[in-house]
Amino acid sequence: MSTSAPVAETATPGDLAVRLRGIGKRFPGVIANDNVNIDVRRGTIHAIVGENGAGKSTLMKILYGVQAPDSGTIEIGGRSVSLGSPADAIRAGVGMVFQHFMLADNLTVLENVVLGAEKLHGIGAAARTEILRISDAYGLDVDPDKLVEELGVGARQRIEILKVLYRGARVIILDEPTAVLVPQEVDELFGNLRELKSEGLSVIFISHKLDEVLSVADEITVIRRGTTVTTVEDPSGVTARELAELMVGSELPSPSTDASTVTDEVLLHVENLCLPSKEGRPLLDAISFDIHRGEVLGIAGVEGNGQAELVEAIMGMREHATGVVRLADLDLSTLSTRERRESGVGYIPEDRHRHGLLLDSPLWENRVLGHQGRPPSARHGLIDKGGARRDTERIIEEYDVRTPGPDVLARALSGGNQQKLIVGREMSGDPVLLIAAHPTRGVDVGAQAAIWTHIKEARKKGLAVLLISADLDELIGLSDRIEVILRGSLVGEFDPSEVTPQQLGSAMTGAGENA
Amino acid sequence: MSQERLLRLGLAISAPLLALVAAFAITSLVLIAAGDPVGEVWSTILSVPASRNFANIVNNATVLYLSGIAVAVGFRMNLFNIGVDGQYRVAAFIAAVVAGEAWLPGHLNTVLAIAAAMLAGAMWAGIAGLLRATRGVSEVISTIMLNFIATGLVAYFLRKAAVRTPGSNTLATKEIPEGSRIPNISIGDGPGQDLYGFLVIAAVVGFAYWFLLNRTRFGFDLRATGQSGTAAVASGINVRRMTIAAMLISGAVAGLVGMPILFGSAYSYGSTFQSGLGFAGIAIALLGRNNPIGIAVGALLFAYLNEQSNPLQILVGVSPDIVAITQGTIVLTVVISYEVVRRFGIRLEQQAVARALTEPPPARPSSPNEEVSA
Amino acid sequence: MSTRIDVRTDKAATRRFPRRYVVLAAIVLTLAAMSILEMITGAGDLTSSGTIAATMVATAPIMLAALGGLWSERAGIVNIGLEGMMILGTYGAGYFGYHYGAWAGVVGAIMMGMIGGLVHAVATVVFGIDHIISGVAINIIALGAVQYLASLTFVGLPGGGSTQSPKIPNVPSITIGPLRDALGTVEKQDLFVVSEAAALLRAMVTNLSSLVLIALLALVLSYVVLWRTSFGLRLRSCGESPAAAESLGIKVMRYKFVAVLISGGMAGLGGGFLAMVASSNYRDGQTGGRGYIGLAAMIFGNWRPSGLLAGSGLFGYTETLGLRQGGTSVHALLLALAVLALAAAVWQARQGLMRAAIISGSVAVAIGALYAAIDEVPGDFTRMTPYVITLLVLAFASQRLRMPAADGQIYRKGSAG
Repeated sequence: MSTSAPVAETATPGDLAVRLRGIGKRFPGVIANDNVNIDVRRGTIHAIVGENGAGKSTLMKILYGVQAPDSGTIEIGGRSVSLGSPADAIRAGVGMVFQHFMLADNLTVLENVVLGAEKLHGIGAAARTEILRISDAYGLDVDPDKLVEELGVGARQRIEILKVLYRGARVIILDEPTAVLVPQEVDELFGNLRELKSEGLSVIFISHKLDEVLSVADEITVIRRGTTVTTVEDPSGVTARELAELMVGSELPSPSTDASTVTDEVLLHVENLCLPSKEGRPLLDAISFDIHRGEVLGIAGVEGNGQAELVEAIMGMREHATGVVRLADLDLSTLSTRERRESGVGYIPEDRHRHGLLLDSPLWENRVLGHQGRPPSARHGLIDKGGARRDTERIIEEYDVRTPGPDVLARALSGGNQQKLIVGREMSGDPVLLIAAHPTRGVDVGAQAAIWTHIKEARKKGLAVLLISADLDELIGLSDRIEVILRGSLVGEFDPSEVTPQQLGSAMTGAGENA
Repeated sequence: MSQERLLRLGLAISAPLLALVAAFAITSLVLIAAGDPVGEVWSTILSVPASRNFANIVNNATVLYLSGIAVAVGFRMNLFNIGVDGQYRVAAFIAAVVAGEAWLPGHLNTVLAIAAAMLAGAMWAGIAGLLRATRGVSEVISTIMLNFIATGLVAYFLRKAAVRTPGSNTLATKEIPEGSRIPNISIGDGPGQDLYGFLVIAAVVGFAYWFLLNRTRFGFDLRATGQSGTAAVASGINVRRMTIAAMLISGAVAGLVGMPILFGSAYSYGSTFQSGLGFAGIAIALLGRNNPIGIAVGALLFAYLNEQSNPLQILVGVSPDIVAITQGTIVLTVVISYEVVRRFGIRLEQQAVARALTEPPPARPSSPNEEVSA
Repeated sequence: MSTRIDVRTDKAATRRFPRRYVVLAAIVLTLAAMSILEMITGAGDLTSSGTIAATMVATAPIMLAALGGLWSERAGIVNIGLEGMMILGTYGAGYFGYHYGAWAGVVGAIMMGMIGGLVHAVATVVFGIDHIISGVAINIIALGAVQYLASLTFVGLPGGGSTQSPKIPNVPSITIGPLRDALGTVEKQDLFVVSEAAALLRAMVTNLSSLVLIALLALVLSYVVLWRTSFGLRLRSCGESPAAAESLGIKVMRYKFVAVLISGGMAGLGGGFLAMVASSNYRDGQTGGRGYIGLAAMIFGNWRPSGLLAGSGLFGYTETLGLRQGGTSVHALLLALAVLALAAAVWQARQGLMRAAIISGSVAVAIGALYAAIDEVPGDFTRMTPYVITLLVLAFASQRLRMPAADGQIYRKGSAG
């Protein structure tokens, strides 16, 4: 198995359900796909694996006609096609199950399935018969007259699959289908997929859960940094560890050479933090940890395993969270979000557009946000415009925010500069704890390096830092200690100077290789 | 910088101008289609108002201004207070009763009545705020319902509280004693040349609105919540409390809407008390872009159109209701043109930012450690 | 409190049983309850055929406005411009009805309403303006426009003026003489339920305006089109999940546009009804907020045709009672309301919802006390009943209400995936 070999040309063209050649797609400042080559053979489950942001989803949107490629050719069933819209893709026999289901909750299953394809079997008895036929044929167990809102996640996914089959698709794309499923539902899904395969359909399965991929895929294509690295034609001959190595590449980051600044003074103490979901399922399950002065604690995990909830619970944004959160000697548990912030918590939120900025306000007002009760932004309950503007200019200077001045609207800045402004803001007011959720997501490379430096400085200054990231390089490079979160629980602790991304990846997916 | 400021000012003014031009054009088209004399209509409306008309314009504008501010408070928080109409009528009725009873002497009575009006308006709007904050009920629907409930309640209690003046069949509350009225400001000799004394209070309200919203922490919280509820939560703002507070303030200002009329010309609340001021407030707040000066301009414009269109029937035989079409169209065109200008402004600003980015960004280290380890 | 029960049973029942049986059962039960109420309170006019006929006339325009709301909101566009579109309809009926005859008046009303709908569609769908702002603007424009047009077109005509049109010809009415007489005899017998049913049927065969039938037809047609055709399915999908619809190749904008046009037509027809049936000419201020009542009826009816029929019927009935010997009839209804609230309390207590039961119980006691304390309900209170009920439904049963999921959201093309 070579990591640089081109796609093997062993299959005859007639044998191929999908043939992608030289697909490229760039967005302003980002190359999402570059020279992607994939062959999907008829009657197989073809997995596409890669890290977050490796370009898998963009590729699939291209194949479903949502986005047009800048270069390359697409052949479906041996014929070259050009896909300008989902309707074109449906006509060409391609169907897609989105990661975020495209279902109308208040319509029945039948209505959701026939929508847009009413010409096939109408919207009445004939359609119901057809749905039941497909449901039986592939073991999907769907009740056409239920409202979608009454159904669980697994059932919704089967409806999405049924929607695709109803339209006569021969190629089915599933984008991260197991992300929202519990293990039993995953098994059921795989049963369904094998059923589809045996009927001669082709399934493209996108995932980064390697153990799942290995258990279900016939062939695996690895994508790294937007391009296809290799295709594994015999998954039985490869281990999850080897796949992970292919995913992250050989350039593993060198362990941190910074002298440790960790002290034994506990700054953040979290004990038995629990958060139930609306349905009573635990989103956070008895989380306990300490962060010391001068320490960076990294939290690794597959997205949706409780990271966002953990941050929001510590920030006091979750009403039903229980447990103890203590900052140095101060018990934060009963304090409001504002009181927590003012007692020394800096917070770089995961989604800066939704949680970090007022996009249609000038930068100096964004400097005030979250600091509206403290100097230099405010005095005696009044907003100190002069002070806020001066301090914004300081941040612009110190944090290298590229902008003509503090009166520019936040919306006009690039993502990286917006993020630098947020980091600068959250580092002002002498915080003792910095919570950084995905601090470099979606920022340009220059800003990324700068933000890394700032986090290190914070650590050197003696802050406690809680770092959440999906970028394992970033976690390993910056953290003094890494905890892995899985389904709302902390499941393993690692020393970043010894751990490899593969080990982390295994722990994150619950592959049972906990160190 | 100053050049950029000038540009921004230009953009800010061009949007309402564009909207006005569009609305006038559409109105002209209606007039042409109906076969009415377009030129004469506009020359009548755009003629210089006489001193008496001028007083009417300013007085009408004072009332509309308060209504616009009341709506704008809600808008700044992304709340749509359609209920200013009901709020000011409930408030004006209660103030009229309180002032008519004259429990306190002279202007203490006035202050008490105005405070009662603000309280009543706040409470009435507060129902919608509470429903929104606790039950998630859209304030649009609840304030519409509350408007009609207000109509019924006020009509009922007016009949209970009214004193019937002999020879008249209109119902009205007891007249406010002379000593409790707010003196008018005379701008000329003869009748109808008086400005409401409440004008001064309206100006104070405008300033207070500006100060509260733009200078205080509370105002910042309110605006931040209006712009992005999620960012507000993350910054530590209690959104629920802000929702109720915003509705209370909006309602309190709405409570003032009827006061100039009550204390300056009508002196009692009757079944003929001016209605429909709340809806005009929505248009004016949109036109003035929630800015206290802009709202003043908008209020003057609406009052001007109302006043100047009055003689249309007599002079050119056209119904003055044509200006309602203009006013309604302004609401639509103003929103559209602000959006167009906003996008244009953002593009300009992004270009300015791009110009500022002259230096190339530093090269990317291959790992987070490189900078430090190298 | 009683409203909570109505909504709940409506929703539960419509799922399990065919709707026609539910409607039939509801009618019979209501008649029975009314009959008992008449016996207890001695308020004789609650179910006379005269009252029922007047109720139908009062209900139809509210229902048409509610249907207008239904069409628009099912496609995801909030329409508070219904009032304005109705106003345009009243003028349309007046102008075209006077000049070209009764049926031209009906068509004119619909067309004028659709012009209002067109403005709303262009503003909200094409330009993506906030739906509420556009609705407010349309209400302002429509009011000014009809006043302007009335001065322009009705002044100088016989009986016309700047605030009213000349008399418009009537659309044909239907009377089945023998049946009317026979049912009249039965109605006078004072037989339990049977008399009430006879009164109901008698109202249906006595001087029934064909526009009432057309309104009912519009209701049935709306249901069939929205829930039984692929066009309706696509339209509703635009209100529930436009992204999903677009991901399946549906032209979301086109459906929204058409829906708002139809909405305007319905509201316009409602306005026409007011001018032609409830009255006999266009008059300034004729709608009296019925566009908003229609909106309320639609919300009360949980965005469903059967529900909005119940809502408009209820609102039309209270309006009618207020106009006929108002006070005493509505006073009698208070007793019914108290009993309903009590029943709700008992039901909630058995469900284990103690807090809700206590609230319902106190409401029952309060209404009962009110019934005992006063002799008649003032007309002002009757008139605001629809709004109070809607507010109560929103406050206490909002978790039972299910508006289209994407209602009021501004959708831009290309948001799928």
